[in-house]
Amino acid sequence: MRESRLKLTAGFTSLLIVSAMFIVPFLWLLRSSVMDLSQIFIMPPQWIPKPFHFENFKEALTVVPFGAFFKNTLIIVAGVLIGTVVSSTIAAFGFSRIKWKGRDMVFAILMSSMMLPGAVTLIPSFIGWKELGFYDTFYPLIVPAYFGGGMFNIFLLRQFYMSIPQDFDEAALVDGANYFQIYWRILLPLSRSAVIVVALFTFLASWNDFMGPLIYLKSDSRFTLALGLQMFQGSYNAQWDLLMAASTAVVLPCVLVFLLGQRFFLEGITLTGLKG
Amino acid sequence: MEISANTGNSVKTAAKKSTKRERKALFYGLLFTSPAILGFIIYTLGPMIASLYLSLTDYNVFKDTTSFIGLDNYIKLFSGEDDLFYKSLGTTFYFVILRVPAVIIISFFLAILLNMNVKGRAIFRTIIYLPSIVPAVAASMIWLWLMNPDLGLLNMALSWLHLPTSNWLFGEGSVIPSIVLTTLWGIGGTVIIFLAGLSGVPKSYYEAIDVDGGGWYSKLRHITIPMLTPTIFFNTIMTIIGSFQVFSEAYILTQGGPNNKSLFFVFYLWRTAFRDTEMGYASALAWVLFIIIMIFTVLVFKTSKSWVHYEGEKQ
Repeated sequence: MRESRLKLTAGFTSLLIVSAMFIVPFLWLLRSSVMDLSQIFIMPPQWIPKPFHFENFKEALTVVPFGAFFKNTLIIVAGVLIGTVVSSTIAAFGFSRIKWKGRDMVFAILMSSMMLPGAVTLIPSFIGWKELGFYDTFYPLIVPAYFGGGMFNIFLLRQFYMSIPQDFDEAALVDGANYFQIYWRILLPLSRSAVIVVALFTFLASWNDFMGPLIYLKSDSRFTLALGLQMFQGSYNAQWDLLMAASTAVVLPCVLVFLLGQRFFLEGITLTGLKG
Repeated sequence: MEISANTGNSVKTAAKKSTKRERKALFYGLLFTSPAILGFIIYTLGPMIASLYLSLTDYNVFKDTTSFIGLDNYIKLFSGEDDLFYKSLGTTFYFVILRVPAVIIISFFLAILLNMNVKGRAIFRTIIYLPSIVPAVAASMIWLWLMNPDLGLLNMALSWLHLPTSNWLFGEGSVIPSIVLTTLWGIGGTVIIFLAGLSGVPKSYYEAIDVDGGGWYSKLRHITIPMLTPTIFFNTIMTIIGSFQVFSEAYILTQGGPNNKSLFFVFYLWRTAFRDTEMGYASALAWVLFIIIMIFTVLVFKTSKSWVHYEGEKQ
């Protein structure tokens, strides 16, 4: 289909306007993060600060122990990442490459948990972890990842595994390989890009999680970046310059991870979308 | 005789072999999926049942005794004794009704734009997707700042254009539309799913309309929209489910204010359970939410038969 020049120009112009609208909040964040308060009050507003106050970052990240928050977040994210990748690939393998009686019914039942609002399981889960003595620890945030790693991820990987011809497995089975070898030697290497997609989504979800840490963590010293940023807002309410510097520091790792893995992100979303 | 006995035997061994294989497959299938099945039981099914039971008690972390009170929590909810319940329900419905069509319509048209063969398409796609990966806490900080009534960029822009400014998140009437606006920044994921749907529409269909002399509107009306109904359906369900459960934004942007005008249901539930420690009552709230989401999902599913077209399906 050939699109007329007029139509293309109209499309390009609309995209330019929309993109500007999407990018302005980032620019406003960045410029506010390197201004001092007096610059922020100037009317009409400056887009490029004169001079730059890069020391905002140092101040914002030291008045509150952001270093510790960063470390806590990394521990949680790493724990969740490993658990999710291992257990979701194993489960997806069992739901796609092995034909067993009742498989699809079990899968459908497990999938139904995606419809369940988190609020329903929230309170009993909290009471359970508290009774076990794990309130104010990282365990409630990490351990569930080792039990399946989320149905969304299993679904996504299963979609991918089903697109790989079954012949490989059968040949390997005839040669005397067992299912673990097929999983490890054939499926995992062939599904590297899907695994990266799962890892990227998991990284972001865990990094961005707010409600989990809010409920399970109590001591400041165990806070994550998301909680820390919220705490920072509480104490430095009107200090927009510092608040924006701290926000930039929380946003930056996500943006970097996204830009590095962009190709996989777009593939991954496409994979989840209705191709099954 | 011998021959027939032999064939009978081999059939028997073959059957034995296949049941042995089946049993092996069942064993390994369950072994591989057991962490996920256990996870479902421990983290979904168990808590679900526990939550249903809790909703029939007056469980409170700080009280020594818990008693079974039957449907009292639900009676308290629906009798109007707790006016915040209806208030938070109304607020959340208002938010859902405002947000879902906005998300679907805007991301649909953005996807159509991104599907055009324009210069810099990949860059536009990146820019539109990027905000959706920003942590909700950080995005909320940015929007608190953009919507600051005195120093925020939005009001500056409005007054520069000689338009009336707004109190945004601090106005009783403007708070919900403002929160909807902040969440629209993150619609990139929905756009990309629409884009994937669009790439599956055969180009020849459009050419047929070209031959018939139809314009862009008849392409949209007769090809794009019907072909994309499964994607619209999927995105609508996901957006409804997500919108009912908004929490982080509510917590950070407004804490339910001003004057409880943005008291979202899940925020109210959190406050009841974790600040007021009324966990039995909050469990009843959770079940009401669950049933509402179920009703909505079933409604969309039921109506889908009349408007969702699957390719290759007989009409």
